[in-house]
Amino acid sequence: MASHAIETHGLTRRFGATTAVDDLSLTVETGEVFGFLGHNGAGKTTTVRLLNGVLAADGGQIRVLGHDPATDGPQVRARTGVLTETPSLDERLTAIDNLTIYADLYGVPTGQVNGRVNAILETFGLAERGREKVGGYSKGMKQRLALARAFLHEPDLLFLDEPTSGLDPVATQEVHDMIRHVSREEGRTVFLCTHNLVEAQRLCKRVAVMEHGQMVAVGTPHDLAHQIGADMRYTLEIAPDQTGAARDAVKAIATVSSVEASDAEDAELTLTVSDREAVPDALAALGAAGVRVYAVIPQQTSLEDIYMALHQRKGGAS
Amino acid sequence: MNWRAVRAIVRKDLKVVLKSRAVLIPLIMVPLIILVILPAVGGVLLANANPNSPEIADFRRESAMFFDNLPGTIGDRLDQYDNEVQRVTYVIFNLFFPSMYLLLPTMVANVIAADSFAGEKERKTLEALIYTPTTDRELYLAKLIGPWVAGVAVGWLGYIAFALIVTATTWPLMGGVFVLDLAWLLLILWVTPAAAGIGLGAMVLVSSRVSTFQEAYQLGGVVVIPVLLLLFGQIGGVVYFSPLVALITGAILWAIALVLVVYGARTFHRGELMARL
Repeated sequence: MASHAIETHGLTRRFGATTAVDDLSLTVETGEVFGFLGHNGAGKTTTVRLLNGVLAADGGQIRVLGHDPATDGPQVRARTGVLTETPSLDERLTAIDNLTIYADLYGVPTGQVNGRVNAILETFGLAERGREKVGGYSKGMKQRLALARAFLHEPDLLFLDEPTSGLDPVATQEVHDMIRHVSREEGRTVFLCTHNLVEAQRLCKRVAVMEHGQMVAVGTPHDLAHQIGADMRYTLEIAPDQTGAARDAVKAIATVSSVEASDAEDAELTLTVSDREAVPDALAALGAAGVRVYAVIPQQTSLEDIYMALHQRKGGAS
Repeated sequence: MNWRAVRAIVRKDLKVVLKSRAVLIPLIMVPLIILVILPAVGGVLLANANPNSPEIADFRRESAMFFDNLPGTIGDRLDQYDNEVQRVTYVIFNLFFPSMYLLLPTMVANVIAADSFAGEKERKTLEALIYTPTTDRELYLAKLIGPWVAGVAVGWLGYIAFALIVTATTWPLMGGVFVLDLAWLLLILWVTPAAAGIGLGAMVLVSSRVSTFQEAYQLGGVVVIPVLLLLFGQIGGVVYFSPLVALITGAILWAIALVLVVYGARTFHRGELMARL
């Protein structure tokens, strides 16, 4: 249990006739960046609220950092940092005021508050404008300040809802680096709620996909590709004048389901295969046919492909 | 009880209020008019009034119902004065103003609570607060303390300003301090905190049903009705401001405020708040 930052069994929450979270069972390992994917209304936000003990469950069990949030809510929330969908900042106050108040609320040692606030403002590129009212900030600055507040008390578990929403590419990269850093170097767990599948693919070791309150898949992107039965694809770089010969050489291999050839300057042959043993078979066949192969590049099924396949399988979004 | 967190929320709420013109204007203007401008103008006019002027006679005639039913203790007090202007001055500042004065702690607590409860919901800042490690009780207590302390503080500071202005402007007429007695002390120390409590309690009741500061402010305004009843009852000669009236008024306001605050505590759960966000 100790190695699990989050563990739920049969977690259920209803609002009237609507079941927002339906029999959710998942585990998130300590130090993992876990992606929680789903369309609007899929149950992501309700799950985060249940995991933080701000909503009570109608059924099931939850352990978060070794506690039951339903009974130990304050203890759980003292060790979690939450970035909500909206920045939820007091816009009439300065950034320093916003952070100082939350440092007190999260019990940052009194003697460390000023130093911690200044350091986190520096980290998130807001130090020069820390004394300005937040109402005058751009959307990206507000997002960075909300992120700074989530990181301020050095939580063991971070819940980040669309952390790079509104950020420019440079700031996005910095946030990604920070998420990787806190996970890999500091052993903190990150629960990433997002629609941004590229971001999830870059950051998350494992993802769960939610549809209408139910978890329809969980695992590494590779596992999920396997679960949806997606074929593997490999691109082979070959000599420009040999695409015809290459196509003829591999099309007889049983485990190669399709072949696409590109006759551009950098000639390529893309094989869709049902078994990875097709790769050495294809290389042997190409070698026998005298085709020169310069590189074999595996094409990972994108998370977007997986997500869309799962989504369509469930009958579409609300 | 995590008092550091409670203090942080109180500090936040009061800081936020001080930065809002929509909230600050009524908080400044109403006390300024009731406790500074009106007493100053009234004091100056009365200090310079002719005891034999027809206006004084008119005031006595128009307020006949009030003067005819005066209790003996107040009548005895008025008999100590030499002329009608002094008696009218005493009556206006000691019997009419206390009811108006009570509007202040009630209104101040009411407006700040509207901003603290409904305003926070409107500004979408409540969600981050709900995710903090505070308990429901700490969160609720913190939300009560800020408006209540502000209501009591404005009431007390307002009384000091009122007493100084009335004394200064009427000194030539009255020759001393005449707005400080047992009834006033009870009003300040017993009724004022209760009045702030009722302003707060009404807002606790209202805030769960509205989603904006303006809605809360307008609905919560009904809380001044009991105070206005006291004022009109006094003008009509039904009730007179005295230590006993202050004691009873305070007890009634405390009881209503406690009922509202306890009811609010029972319904104040972060889960319910979150579900409504």
